[in-house]
Amino acid sequence: MIDPDSIQHINLKVFVENPEAFVLADAVAVFHRWIRDSVCPEMLIDVADYAHVAAGPGLLLIGHEANYSFDNRENRLGLLYNRKAALDGDFRSRLEQAHRAARAACDRLESELGPVRFDRNTLEVFVNDRLLAPNTEETWDALRPGLEEYFSGSSIRRTGEPRDLFRVSVKKP
Amino acid sequence: MKASNSQWKALLADRVPEQMAAELDVFENEIALKKQGKIEDRVFAETRLRRGAYGQRYDNGQRSDGTATRTLNYPSTMTKGPMTLWDAPGMQRIKIPFGGLNAAQLEMLADLCEEYSDNIAHVTTRQDIQLHFIHIEDTPALMRRLASVGITTREACGNSVRNVTACPIAGVCRDQTFDVTPYANAITYFLLGHPDVQSFGRKFKIAFSGCRENACGLVRLHDFGAIAVTREEDGKTRRGFELWVGGGLGPVPQQARLYDEFVPEEEILPISQAIARVFARLGEKKNRNTARLKFLVSKLGIEEFRKLVSAEREILPYDSRWTDFLKDIPGYSEEALKPPSLLQIGPAHPDGFDRWYAANVYRQRQQGYATVTIALPLGDITAAQLRLVADVSRKYMKETVRSTVEQNIVLRWVSESDLPALYTDLKSVDLATPIAGTIADVSSCPGTDTCKLGIASSRGLAGELRIRLASKNAELDEAIGGLRIKVSGCFNSCGQHHVADLGFYGVSRNKNGYTVPHFQVLLGGEWANNAGSYGLAIGAVPSKRIPETVDRITGRYRAERLEGETFQAFIKRIGKAECKKMIEEFTAVPPHEQDPSFYSDWGDPREFNIGDIGVGECAGEVVSPIDFELVACEREVFEAQLQLDGGNIEKAARMAYESMLHGAQALLKYKFLLAPENANRIVDEFRTNFYDTEIFFDPFVRGKFAQDFFRAHDDAGQARTAETAHQLIEEAQLFIEACYSCYARMSAAPVKVTA
Repeated sequence: MIDPDSIQHINLKVFVENPEAFVLADAVAVFHRWIRDSVCPEMLIDVADYAHVAAGPGLLLIGHEANYSFDNRENRLGLLYNRKAALDGDFRSRLEQAHRAARAACDRLESELGPVRFDRNTLEVFVNDRLLAPNTEETWDALRPGLEEYFSGSSIRRTGEPRDLFRVSVKKP
Repeated sequence: MKASNSQWKALLADRVPEQMAAELDVFENEIALKKQGKIEDRVFAETRLRRGAYGQRYDNGQRSDGTATRTLNYPSTMTKGPMTLWDAPGMQRIKIPFGGLNAAQLEMLADLCEEYSDNIAHVTTRQDIQLHFIHIEDTPALMRRLASVGITTREACGNSVRNVTACPIAGVCRDQTFDVTPYANAITYFLLGHPDVQSFGRKFKIAFSGCRENACGLVRLHDFGAIAVTREEDGKTRRGFELWVGGGLGPVPQQARLYDEFVPEEEILPISQAIARVFARLGEKKNRNTARLKFLVSKLGIEEFRKLVSAEREILPYDSRWTDFLKDIPGYSEEALKPPSLLQIGPAHPDGFDRWYAANVYRQRQQGYATVTIALPLGDITAAQLRLVADVSRKYMKETVRSTVEQNIVLRWVSESDLPALYTDLKSVDLATPIAGTIADVSSCPGTDTCKLGIASSRGLAGELRIRLASKNAELDEAIGGLRIKVSGCFNSCGQHHVADLGFYGVSRNKNGYTVPHFQVLLGGEWANNAGSYGLAIGAVPSKRIPETVDRITGRYRAERLEGETFQAFIKRIGKAECKKMIEEFTAVPPHEQDPSFYSDWGDPREFNIGDIGVGECAGEVVSPIDFELVACEREVFEAQLQLDGGNIEKAARMAYESMLHGAQALLKYKFLLAPENANRIVDEFRTNFYDTEIFFDPFVRGKFAQDFFRAHDDAGQARTAETAHQLIEEAQLFIEACYSCYARMSAAPVKVTA
């Protein structure tokens, strides 16, 4: 029996609306600037560029408590907030924190990176810990009520195969 | 740190072998004791290194943003080694003996890189897998998960026996004498944790090769390299190994020496144990810069070394493991999943298949089967791609997968008629790039991306070269297309630049008042014949002009090579002086205001500097005399190489020594405006002002380069062999590099530390 409040390491991805409109390499300087200016609540450490790998992690801003990245898994570019450090509170507050951090990063990128636009109504939520949250019906049953409550009015469905991280897509009409 | 860490132990209790579980409990307890302050930094550092948990760039908490060095405010001020902060992310090296991987292991690596790292598993130049940005407190859980699928990280780093490498096509190779896989496997587990390998002063690397001529095993650059050979005795074929010892790359590369033309198979483990004992007993312990086996072999001479090892072998207490594994060897063979078949000529193949087939498919010695190479960009593979490789390894083969020292993955025992379907599957996740083994298949160490020792961005350069060369690879003729490029971020040679046709290693130069990333160009290294010869440096070129340099060199080779002439032969024929001329026009650096791109590295917009030091306050357009003097020293080293090539050993040695002397003199002049002319006085004053004060010290190898200089001075005038002269030239080259670095540090602004 999975207790939703035991779930940590919530990841949230906000998809880019117009991936063709900007050059990912331009974001490298932006991420370096974020480290220099300590613009995020997390302690930021380094930039890792994996743009050479197809459908991969893209461009990462490595932090101590969390990573921010232009993630390109499945060739779908988006801003991914990957929470690494555990948080106090319950499932909802952790989900809210990831969502807030991702949105703040999107806002900042839209203002600093020119033409990039994020579709804030098209999201994915992951749990980056297979032991706490395997991608199973049981996890889905445990987390679904909390997800539906938080994203009320959105369609939510579990995706991926059993080997994947627990993952849901969220679409607000 | 993962919230689930504490749960893995119980969950995997029945899947982790008892011995491994006990070791991991000990490691976890050591982490706890370190947190309580009960273990010294130095001791804990070696402890975690022996578990493969390595430091990473910026783990001292200092990072340059291009204008100033700033403190990274990690939550904890605790350390996990000297000058290494606890919370700073590190690299986890995972040993993959002979590169062998099965599907469950691939899936586990996928899970781990996703959950603990950055969704990338990196294949190294020693067939290991590395994960980056790992928190030390996640490592016990990560290691338990690896152990549950039969993988250990034990002795992956530190002063220990590193991953045992072998030809990735061993067993399926058309040229092999016999399959070395079971021997590589046996020596791995015989020496793993063996008491005789626990007190080395430095690491110890082992490789196996199935034949002499082809390169896959790279035996001659290893501490212990074994080439499969057979001998006819009493009408029977006996298996054994041609054994080479004391090879290595690094700052002072050395070819291995032939230890024995034939070590019978039953003797390979006891001989390895005897060599380990001699190395542990007599190898250098205090000065890590001269602690590799190659220095011991050089010091003793191969004859004396052989005598000592033989004597040690005589007194070794019998161990049944020396030969236990041999009884399984006659029946050892990988199996295919499907019956052999031939590639169908009739049906249309998928788009792009033919090019991929030409570059990436190797027909096995077993008719009807092929080995497929997946050419990974910079050795990187994602979790999703790893799972696809696991899937195809079950669908088409019996999970017969290996990593390679060229940072790729091979799939063995593919029934040939399955190749089009396999190609389509691989292509679906972009794993079918048709460049395996070509000039575009550039390999590289991590360099400044994550390595603490990196000077320039080897991955940045390798990535750029790969993009440029891949786009025109199809049009390149076979002679150019088959060349190898290897890049290292510094002189330590993790990118194996010495054995490439075109090798590069990162250095820096002061130009126009700024520090500018450069790469030393090495030409003529030999990958074939088990890394048969090493290339020599011909000069440093600004990082941003390396692609043009590659075009120029390869273009000249294409235009002027004689029929059938190899690249090595071509370089030898035109001579190093001509090679140097070829690159000279690319050595100029435009002023900063004209082209600032020269002052940052590939893929990194920050202004380049070394050691997190900001742009020099002496920035300006005035060129200091030391700039000229150090260039002159470089030229002297180069000329020493030419003398050596011409067989003038004594002159080569003298010039190499004099270049060091002049480098030291240049630094003295820079510091005091005047410097003595007399050699003894130069050495004395250099020792007092640069060595004793540690101003000259490299952050990592400390006083090594100065010690090389002092030794060269002490030995000046003594007779030398071609080999020792070659070594002196290498040392002189690095001493001059160290002079440049020292000058850069001295001329830079005081470190601006901003919280």
